[in-house]
Amino acid sequence: MQASNLLKLDTRASKRSNMLLEQSLAKPRRDKVSLGAFAFLFAEIIRYSQNRVLGIQDLEAKLNELGKRVGVRVFELLMWREKNVHRETRVLPTLMFINTVVWRALFDKQADSLGHSTENDDEYMITDNEPSILKYISVPKEMASFSPGAFLAGVVEAIVEGCQCPARVTSHLVPADGMPLKTVILLKFNQEVMEREKRLETTK
Amino acid sequence: MAKQYKAAGEEAWKNNVEKVNAELFIFTYGSLVVQLMRDYEDCAAVNAQLDKMGYNIGVRLADDILARTSLERCADLHATAEAVAKVGFKMFLNVVPTVVGWSADSREFSLQLDDNPLNDFCELPPRAVQDGLWYSNVLCGVVRGALEMLHMQTEVWFVRDVLRGDDASEIRVRLVRMLDEEVPAGDD
Repeated sequence: MQASNLLKLDTRASKRSNMLLEQSLAKPRRDKVSLGAFAFLFAEIIRYSQNRVLGIQDLEAKLNELGKRVGVRVFELLMWREKNVHRETRVLPTLMFINTVVWRALFDKQADSLGHSTENDDEYMITDNEPSILKYISVPKEMASFSPGAFLAGVVEAIVEGCQCPARVTSHLVPADGMPLKTVILLKFNQEVMEREKRLETTK
Repeated sequence: MAKQYKAAGEEAWKNNVEKVNAELFIFTYGSLVVQLMRDYEDCAAVNAQLDKMGYNIGVRLADDILARTSLERCADLHATAEAVAKVGFKMFLNVVPTVVGWSADSREFSLQLDDNPLNDFCELPPRAVQDGLWYSNVLCGVVRGALEMLHMQTEVWFVRDVLRGDDASEIRVRLVRMLDEEVPAGDD
C-alpha cells in the first residue's frame, strides 16, 4: 500500500516537474505585483525574524541570508535573459553590472551611484536614494541602526559571489535631505579577490 | 454586481497601486518558506506559521483595500466573495481567482486559483508533499485576516494545490459567524 501511494505521488509530482521545466524562461511570465504585497510580506518577514534573533546584527544577518537565496535566482535568470551581457569576473565590471542591469531588472531604474572608499581599497559603495522595497518599512527609534536594506545586501552578496568576487556586503541607512530612505550597500571584497585584481592589473 | 467589482479591481490595479517586480516578490516568498522549513522542519508547523503570518498581513490589508478603492459594504457573502477575488487578489497579485463551489446554505465557497504567482518557480520536494505542506498557505491567512477586519469570522484552508500534483489550486472559505462591532472591553 505504501509503495503504490508513493508511486502515485511520484507521477503527480513529475507531472508538475514536466510542466515547470517546459515553461519558457526567456520572458518573465508576469511583470509586476503590487508594492503593497511585497511590503506586507517583507514587514512580516522582519517581524518573524525579530522574534528569533537577539539583536540587530543577528536580524540583519537573517535578512542577508534570505536575500542571498533570492540573489542566486535573480542572477541566474538575468544571465539567461539579458542579451549583450556576459558574466563578469572582475570587480569593477561586476559592480557596473549590479548598478545597471540588476537594479534595472529589479527596480526599473539604475542605482544612483557607485563609489570607491578612499580609506579602504577593498570597499565599494552602491547607493540607492529611494529603494522602493523599503518604502513602507518604518524603523522604530530604539533600533535606529537597523537597516532593512540588509535584504538587498544579501541579494547583492549572492550576485558578486556568482561573479567570482565574493565580498561581505552590508547595508546602511544614510538619510539625507529629502531622501530619508537613502541606502548605501557597502561591499568589502575578500582578500583573494583584491589580490587577484592586483595580479590581473600588473599583467596587463 | 460582479462586473462592478471587476471594474473596481482593474481600476485599482491600473491607477491606485504602486508596482514592484513580480519575480522579486516570488523569490522572496520562496526564500521565506525555505527559512520556515529550516526553522520548524515540520510541515504542519510551517503551515500554521504561514497562516499566522498571512493573518497578520490580512488584518492590515483590509484597510489598504478600503483606502484605495471606493467599495461599499458588501450585502452578503456572495458579494464578499466576488470582492475578495476580483478586487483583493487583483489589486495585490494581479490575478483573479474564480469563485466556485457554493454550498447549499451559501456559507461556504471556493476560490479557484488557475494562476498562482507564488508557484511560479516552485517545485516541492516529495518529502514536503508527503508531509502535507501547503506552500501558499499564507494566502489563507490573508483572506481570513482581511475578512475578520470586515467582521466575518471565517475558516480558510487549502483544498487542492498544483504543487502537490492536483490539477488546480483551490482555497475553501467558510463563514463561521458574523462578528459584532464591539468596543474592546477595558478600553476606557
